[in-house]
Amino acid sequence: MASVFERVKNIIVEQLNVDEEEVTPEASFVEDLGADSLDVVELVMALEEEFELEIPDEDAEKIQTVGEAVRYIERHLEMKQGEAEAEEEEETD
Amino acid sequence: MNKRVVITGVGVISPIGIGKEAFWSALMEGRCGVDHISSFDASRFDTRIAAEVRDFDPTDYMDRKEVRRNDRFVHFAVAASRMALEDAGFTITPANAEEVGVIIGSGIGGMRTLEEQHRIFLEKGPDRVSPFFVTMMIVNMAAGQVSIQIGAKGPNSAVVTACATGGHAIGDAFRIIQRGEAIAMLAGGAEAAITPLALAAFCSMKAMSRRNDDPKRAVRPFDRERDGFVMGEGAGVVLLEELEHALRRDAHIYAECIGYGTSADAYHITQPDPEGDGAARAMARALRDARIDPSEVDYINAHGTSTPYNDRLETLAIKRVFGDHAYRLAVSSTKSMTGHLLGAAGGVELIACLLSIEHQRIPPTINYEFPDPECDLDYVPNTPRQARVETAMSNAFGFGGHNAVLVVRRFTG
Repeated sequence: MASVFERVKNIIVEQLNVDEEEVTPEASFVEDLGADSLDVVELVMALEEEFELEIPDEDAEKIQTVGEAVRYIERHLEMKQGEAEAEEEEETD
Repeated sequence: MNKRVVITGVGVISPIGIGKEAFWSALMEGRCGVDHISSFDASRFDTRIAAEVRDFDPTDYMDRKEVRRNDRFVHFAVAASRMALEDAGFTITPANAEEVGVIIGSGIGGMRTLEEQHRIFLEKGPDRVSPFFVTMMIVNMAAGQVSIQIGAKGPNSAVVTACATGGHAIGDAFRIIQRGEAIAMLAGGAEAAITPLALAAFCSMKAMSRRNDDPKRAVRPFDRERDGFVMGEGAGVVLLEELEHALRRDAHIYAECIGYGTSADAYHITQPDPEGDGAARAMARALRDARIDPSEVDYINAHGTSTPYNDRLETLAIKRVFGDHAYRLAVSSTKSMTGHLLGAAGGVELIACLLSIEHQRIPPTINYEFPDPECDLDYVPNTPRQARVETAMSNAFGFGGHNAVLVVRRFTG
């Protein structure tokens, strides 16, 4: 399975029509990758789909760079993983 | 005193050719663009044929991101507009941008987007509806996007009069330049509605040909065996320009736009007036506006949809307006080759008139086999004709009873 960063990068390249090299962790969606407000909404939707996550608006607003998006997704995937394991343990108990 | 208006550029995306050269040679060869529908599985539909635009790559005209954010009808509009500007050799600069406008309409708009987003809405819920849905669907985005792409900052709007859209758009733009509110206007129509839902709806209206086993011969305007129209798609956009401006920059002039007439049938949502009244009044108004005698018209590019009603009543209307001259002038329906481009038809067909004046040749009505006693004019059957074409008329009539008629004349000074 590709890393979270790789998967995020592929979505950004497709949706914002930018070169792969431009998609660095430091790159800002608006400042560096040319996204407008509607692009950001569409991007968040695509990330939600890809990672089966819900990203609330108040969280989405804080995500400005590629790296912030990757870290947010990784953290929430870990949390989901943790919850799933906890549930499994409960079931086996 | 009204300004005089000429046409100095044309852009066409059609099922029989992309660009004016390909379009014109197809018209002269009598080539038909109708075929089995390829863009989706149409096997369950009563009509399974259409005139689709093939080999069109929108990234030739817009960057990939803009392509994703716009519906196919807007891709067509932008492509045709860029072609018209380039054809005219017209450059938009900071000095003239505010005097260059755009009126491009569509009969239906972003139907493909609507169907796709509605499917997503039903399958995945409201949170997955694209933020670009509204801007991709609305009809005015063709004119909006063209202005964004080319930097035209003058008068800008969109016409929606079903199959009369292209005619109204060009006529309204003609008036804007006549009044001195712009030096140039891109005007016409764009359509991309060959989609499952739209096809189903037109099937339900029993308005379309069911000659599924013989697609090339399905559209047969004015022929006794005609059984309905066939959907087409594409765009036709012209650059209208104030005469003095065009002369100053030594532009090539296709023709002068001299007359525009509009009317409403005020009769029925889809059926034409039973006496051809609305169509006749629009033609008569266009001739009055042009200040010419009906006998000066050499060629009429008819609305000629190949429905039983339209062709009979359009013939009647032409006879009411032109009297004996109706039998002397040439009438043809290029829809026999392009299919019915709905909102784009008026634009594409005015371009057929302009090229007809340019080449002094009249495109034929193909698939004409069996004379209908109620359609008894000279329809230029099956083969193109070399002829003197000084003045041509383009008819466009739409559901709702909208009629738009344009008259163009070879420019001689």
